[in-house]
Amino acid sequence: MTMPLLELRQITVSFDGFLALRDLNLSLQPGELRAVIGPNGAGKTTFLDVITGKTSPTEGDVVFKGRSLVGTREHRIARLGIGRKFQSPRVFEKLSVQENLALAVSRPKQPWDLLFRGLNATQRDRVHHLMSIVNLQQRATWPAGALSHGQKQWLEIAMLVGQDPDLLLVDEPVAGLTDEETDLTADLLKSLAGDHTVLVIEHDMEFIRRLESPVTVLHQGHVLCEGTMDQVQADPRVIEVYLGTTEEENG
Amino acid sequence: MFNPLQQRRWPLLLLWVVIIAAIVAAPSVLPVFRLNLLGRFLSLAIVALGIDLIWGFTGLLSLGQGIFFALGGYAAAMYLQLNSSSGHPNGIPEFFSLYGVDRLPFFWEPFHNPLFTLIAIWLVPALLAAVLGNMVFRNRIKGVYFSILTQAALLVFFNFFNGQQKLINGTNGLKTDVTQLFGQMVGSPDMQRGFYYFTAVMVILAWIFVRWVVRGRFGDVLIAIRDDEPRLRFTGFNPTLFKTIVFAIAGGLAGIGGALFTVQSGIVSPQYMAVPFSIEMVIWVAVGGRGTLVGAILGAVSIMYAKSLVSEAWPQGWLFIQGGLFILVVTALPEGVIGWFRTDGPRNVLSRLGLSRRIGTYPRLDIEGQEEVQP
Repeated sequence: MTMPLLELRQITVSFDGFLALRDLNLSLQPGELRAVIGPNGAGKTTFLDVITGKTSPTEGDVVFKGRSLVGTREHRIARLGIGRKFQSPRVFEKLSVQENLALAVSRPKQPWDLLFRGLNATQRDRVHHLMSIVNLQQRATWPAGALSHGQKQWLEIAMLVGQDPDLLLVDEPVAGLTDEETDLTADLLKSLAGDHTVLVIEHDMEFIRRLESPVTVLHQGHVLCEGTMDQVQADPRVIEVYLGTTEEENG
Repeated sequence: MFNPLQQRRWPLLLLWVVIIAAIVAAPSVLPVFRLNLLGRFLSLAIVALGIDLIWGFTGLLSLGQGIFFALGGYAAAMYLQLNSSSGHPNGIPEFFSLYGVDRLPFFWEPFHNPLFTLIAIWLVPALLAAVLGNMVFRNRIKGVYFSILTQAALLVFFNFFNGQQKLINGTNGLKTDVTQLFGQMVGSPDMQRGFYYFTAVMVILAWIFVRWVVRGRFGDVLIAIRDDEPRLRFTGFNPTLFKTIVFAIAGGLAGIGGALFTVQSGIVSPQYMAVPFSIEMVIWVAVGGRGTLVGAILGAVSIMYAKSLVSEAWPQGWLFIQGGLFILVVTALPEGVIGWFRTDGPRNVLSRLGLSRRIGTYPRLDIEGQEEVQP
């Protein structure tokens, strides 16, 4: 077993005594695709906040590529190679599709470089390539705010890929998408795994099943169990806290 | 089809031709008094450009630009005072003798040097803005809290300058109109005409500079900070750095505007740091159009011109009109006048009056429906 890319060690996050996460342990291998599920309030979003530096853990350590991320500011964590896609699509609505992607692929991200230099040829190619992956070439000069919900989701995923992170954290990528768009998004994420490590948080069980990835179940800020989708769905504890209703509906 | 720029190019060009013609023709058309006013208002336009950069593009509403404006003015006035005080006792500006000061305070010394003065006019305000800004931005103080802090800082500076008779003549300020520059009186009509042209050129240079800053990826980052700063952090940018830089640029521009305003008004005083004046500056940009550089310039010049015309005819009336303008912008023209023109405002009015074909609110709906969803 190689060294994990990301390791959460006994993470506890307390908001004025309320434990959003308690004693959470999780590790991701390079190239892995992992799904995280859990009922509302299980701490899924806090879990991403801890990794990306938005929230500091009260206890425990986050280790990425062998270095601790605790106390590192958000933009530095992003530059180390962790990209995050938000629950509702968050793109820069007044900027065009092209400009959104240009900011994502920009490197270095220092003010002087942005002022005095344009995108180089490689970066411009990347922007076009990303637009073609998510089928937004026709929309290159559109303000991102004029895109449909699904297109915004994809634009944000494209921006994430444009950052070229080693670890992609994807929060509910298919919320509000049509079935067809959901399937396409699943294929897109699967194709990204391997080159990247991808962690997906989602409510949609069918979508998770399509990812064919190991599943981690969070409950009350704690890892309840891990395994394949079938193993997880058969676990009585999971059925009790979360999947019970889904099982009945499906059955 | 979705390219509003190309359609609007020629009216915009025409506007610029008219503006430049007006600038060149003004000295031969306007009486000396009016020309002087125009020159002063153009220097305020430079301040407005800075405010547009930090507020219109970056979303930082500063109510304290008067600090930087006054500092630029003081820098220019100190040089002019020193330049004309060789005949006075101890060779220092006359007002010092009123307070029994016979030695020049240390910080006046470098202002003997014209080159130092020319740099200090913009560098001192810019550095102060960078330091103040960085302290605030680093602690992630945003929105209305930032505005309150800038206003508080303004009051601190206002009160400090008011009380320092022995250093900078306190409330009375520093006069420049009776000082000498290039062997001429600064207040003379010839000199004032020169300042007018110089100011007009500086406005255009400032406009070109700010335009260069907001075009391209740097400007995109500013807009991203305004619209969703946390998201930008997760994209790997450090907003604190960008905000500090633009706040310093706006401070520097305010300093240049303050110096030009001072030499054309004949005096700099702590009144330049009065709270209402800094709020007025924000109103120019709001009325002209946040995020449109031309709007900032036109807003500053036209509102100040209207103010002086109204005040001459009806001294108490201006405040009501200014209040009315502000209400109008908040309720009906959130993008300001230029912004209204750019967002199809005139066409919307025409179509409501039945004089023009209605335009669809969502562009290219026809194509949207047929497109395949295929990544």
